[in-house]
Amino acid sequence: MNWFTTFITSSIGKKIVMALTGLFLITFLLVHCSVNACIFFNDGGETFNEVAEFFGSNPVIRTMEIVLFICLILHIIQGLVLWGQNGSKRPVKYTSKNGAANSTWYSRSMGLLGTLLLMFLIVHLKDFWVVSRFTDEITGGSTTLYAKMNEAFDNIWVVVLYVFSMFSLSYHLLHGFQSAFRTMGWTHRKYTPLIKAVGAGFAVLIPFIFAMMPIVMHFNLID
Amino acid sequence: MSKLDSKIPEGSIEQKWTKYKSTVSLVNPSNKRNLEILVVGSGLAGASAAASLAELGYKVKCYCFQDSPRRAHSIAAQGGINAAKNYQNDGDSVYRLFYDTVKGGDYRSREGNVYRLAEISPNIIDQCVAQGVPFAREYGGMLSNRSFGGTQVQRTFYAAGQTGQQLLLGAYSALERQIGMGNVTMYSRHEMLDVVVIDEKARGIIVRNLITGAIERHFGHAVVLCTGGYGNVFYLSTNAMGCNVTAAWKAHKRGAFMANPCFTQNQPTCIPVSGDHQSKLTLMSESLRNDGRIWVPKVQGDTRKPTDIPEEERDYYLERRYPAFGNLVPRDVASRAAKERCDAGYGVGTSKMAVYLDFKYNMMRYGRVEAIKNNNPNADDETILSLGKEVVKEKYGNLFDMYKQITGENPYETPMRIYPAVHYTMGGLWVDYNLMTTVNGLYSLGESNFSDHGANRLGASALMQGLADGYFVIPYTIGSYLSNEIMTKPISTDHEAFVEAENKVKANINALLNIKGTRSVDYFHKRLGKIMWDKCGMARNAEGLNSAIKDIRALKDEFWKDVRVPGFNEEFNPELEKASRVADFMELGELMCIDALNRDESCGGHFREEFQTEDGEALRDDENFAYVAAWENKGNGWDLHKEELKFENIKIANRSYK
Amino acid sequence: MSGNMNLTLKVWRQQSLNAPGKLVDYKVKDISEDMSFLEMFDVLNEELITKGDEPIAFDHDCREGICGSCSMHINGRPHGPLKGVTTCQLHMRSFKDGDTIVVEPWRANAFPVIKDLSVDRSAFDRIIGSGGYISVNTGNAQDANSLPIPKDDADEAFMSAACIGCGACVAACVNSSAMLFVSAKVSQLSLLPQGKPETDQRVLAMVNQMDTEGFGACSNTGACTAECPKEISQGNIARMNRLYLAASLGGK
Repeated sequence: MNWFTTFITSSIGKKIVMALTGLFLITFLLVHCSVNACIFFNDGGETFNEVAEFFGSNPVIRTMEIVLFICLILHIIQGLVLWGQNGSKRPVKYTSKNGAANSTWYSRSMGLLGTLLLMFLIVHLKDFWVVSRFTDEITGGSTTLYAKMNEAFDNIWVVVLYVFSMFSLSYHLLHGFQSAFRTMGWTHRKYTPLIKAVGAGFAVLIPFIFAMMPIVMHFNLID
Repeated sequence: MSKLDSKIPEGSIEQKWTKYKSTVSLVNPSNKRNLEILVVGSGLAGASAAASLAELGYKVKCYCFQDSPRRAHSIAAQGGINAAKNYQNDGDSVYRLFYDTVKGGDYRSREGNVYRLAEISPNIIDQCVAQGVPFAREYGGMLSNRSFGGTQVQRTFYAAGQTGQQLLLGAYSALERQIGMGNVTMYSRHEMLDVVVIDEKARGIIVRNLITGAIERHFGHAVVLCTGGYGNVFYLSTNAMGCNVTAAWKAHKRGAFMANPCFTQNQPTCIPVSGDHQSKLTLMSESLRNDGRIWVPKVQGDTRKPTDIPEEERDYYLERRYPAFGNLVPRDVASRAAKERCDAGYGVGTSKMAVYLDFKYNMMRYGRVEAIKNNNPNADDETILSLGKEVVKEKYGNLFDMYKQITGENPYETPMRIYPAVHYTMGGLWVDYNLMTTVNGLYSLGESNFSDHGANRLGASALMQGLADGYFVIPYTIGSYLSNEIMTKPISTDHEAFVEAENKVKANINALLNIKGTRSVDYFHKRLGKIMWDKCGMARNAEGLNSAIKDIRALKDEFWKDVRVPGFNEEFNPELEKASRVADFMELGELMCIDALNRDESCGGHFREEFQTEDGEALRDDENFAYVAAWENKGNGWDLHKEELKFENIKIANRSYK
Repeated sequence: MSGNMNLTLKVWRQQSLNAPGKLVDYKVKDISEDMSFLEMFDVLNEELITKGDEPIAFDHDCREGICGSCSMHINGRPHGPLKGVTTCQLHMRSFKDGDTIVVEPWRANAFPVIKDLSVDRSAFDRIIGSGGYISVNTGNAQDANSLPIPKDDADEAFMSAACIGCGACVAACVNSSAMLFVSAKVSQLSLLPQGKPETDQRVLAMVNQMDTEGFGACSNTGACTAECPKEISQGNIARMNRLYLAASLGGK
């Protein structure tokens, strides 16, 4: 094997793929969240639609979208592969378990949380991304993304799904954010506490903002 | 009576080893590849020997009964390793280490060997540091030292309270490196059960695979035993549960003489026995005596809490009896003094068989230094004490934690209770200067031989000896034998001697399994231990020893009639392993008592109550007993061979630590 | 005697590697709180032998917390309920009269069961043999003080070197990962100047061997450090990741 395949197929290499793609997805979440937060301007989605249109047509962003999808798919596939492989390393399970004594449940459940997020993602992409990219509903001017959101979040079950998924995202990030830094070896006695704090803040704030969107729309708390 | 030839090279003591190394026969590299060496044991001596011999190019096989060579009991050594580096500029030298060791051994060791040990000691530290052993260091980056018993210089190198572990992991890494390179074949979970002797030369061993029970034959041009000491003959000791005499004993039965078997050492700083359930005793490193003061109450049967007993009502008996060395007298002296106080009724704790080891004085001393460093010279006592505790914590934290874990008492608040426990055996297989036993091609290294410590070993010298033997002695001395073996082709393991040895091993196993008696192995082991401890322990007398010999013989008969070994051979069967070891301990125990009975004097760890001075010190008899007692196994008894000890470089004198 | 207790043990019994295993119930009576957990097993085994049953096989040797032999998974935790303590140093005062205690062997693909509670941890030896050393032959060394090592580095190397190779990290890890064990050795040697020349090849070889042995990947849950009887820091894992990355992408 050449050095690269050796590296990338090693247990650490696989985790580095998870960490790097994860970190990229974190930056995407930040952008995505900032754009969507425009709905809170309470201007009937005017700013939001403008920004969304800008992002939808800007060539740089469109290119990054491809990178994003590559990262997302890598993160998903690698995550599922690792989940399966790691699980096979203990063919006979313990009868008596007390994981809570040594670690957090969400750190041990990244595969499960990730899978929940994947299911959410499929619904989410179908509802919004497919509509805006592959139909002419929005580009043709017959509707706006904001209107699509309003329509989707009319259904209380969609809201429940979104809010529940944001809990998954929050816990996924709570462990994933700082874990990615550890996997990359970016730890330092002085700065690791800061990374942990920022990570925790991020893991709470971003999913919270996301979760508020369906809620406010469903209960018509904004115009 | 055959004459024992110690083969000490001619010349002045300073020149012996140098001259030997320059003139010893060598084996050329291409021949080394064809010579096989079997190393039994993977502790400090075994791992270092196996690694060093493999580095030289020999084909090496190494065996250990543990699941990994890293778990040999050397790992449990706590305090440190001596070396005559004189880094502290406090007057140390090779000669002084040599002198301290001979004197510490109560003039019952061989000058030539001890001098070589002292001479090699600095190289060991260099080697270990190069391997990445993380010794304690000062802020300037230089190695740190501390004191140990029986010396007045600071020559002990250490890695917190885990020196043995770090040294062993160093040797183990060197061994694993050779295993990884294919130069050593490792057989863990294999126990040696016999030596194969062909034409008066050791040519192989019989081992049992402890997982499958398979009995295997292995050929070697030479066999090196590094199988540790036999302290577990006492059942309760600081040795690991698996430590045993079996390999050495089988060698003994094949013609290797057993030397000074009655020389056993009690380490004064052990956690006292708490009940019948106890399976082993735990050592608190001797290094604690650097900073702990040992005392008992001045009145007998004082039941007050130690912290309630005022200063003037405490008897710091070591400081009182031995002002020059105080709490740092050698182990035999400190142990005996503790026993004397307890026997006289001054002992403490529920069993009254313990003394206090108190750190408060030195915590305060350290605390005051810290307070000054912190620009707080007027700190109150409480602050000083808590600063001092931090210092002590850094030095001995793991030991204090261990004490707390075992006893449930906090040693930072109340003095530790300690009592002597069997810790090390100075006796062992008789070896010459080459470390060869009385069987050609059969070597013995480390604690399994008798060579360097006389009647008492000084603290931090066992690690030194194990590594000296393995890294720096055997690689040279084995050449003098193997250089004559280069024409010897590997002998087929179908040879009748292999068959005979294997059959004997199998017969022994079958015998044990077929007794199907009513009592467990431990039951017999505990009884043997009690006989040994009561009658051949810290103090012995002729009457007790005579009765012990009778008791042991009777116990041995009972064992072979009534022991129950469950299961069968072809499986992982720890009870079978224990049974075979205890059977050997029974025979050894008898020999120990015979040896103790023969030696009508007191010296070092061997204290015969009939031979003591007026103030209770050991009374040596240099005129009649300045010899090594080497016992030859005759099947139904033993013949004594004497190796006279000559002291040409040290004036043999009364051993005083006053 | 007061303070003595009666307990129910559920112990994993398995005759050999490929034999089926199951939990078997045992009652032990009159256990003193001063006994160690293994001494309680001695009592039970003594009873089993006298009754004519097979005693329970378990690994143990030094019984003072340093050799790393003992390996019991007690009530869902490697080495039982206490922090920084091996099974042999766990005392019965940590339990209450009437408790039920489940005892299982280390469970991991790379640690096959030999019998009952005893497992094969030779994978750890092979990992060390692949590169967990400094290549210095006996006699090569220079004077020990010719290479000053900052106290902090020496202390940190020592903290990593304190690993006893018991395998609790693997037993605790949801992925059966050996990263803490491997990284402790990699860290120790890379922190010391004498170990630096081989850093790259060491970390590559040891990680490769670790993967070959069939341990899982690290999810940074921290369970290993939390259960490690010597409290080896999780920071070692990050250090190894860093070194591995550097050795893979940089290096020769």
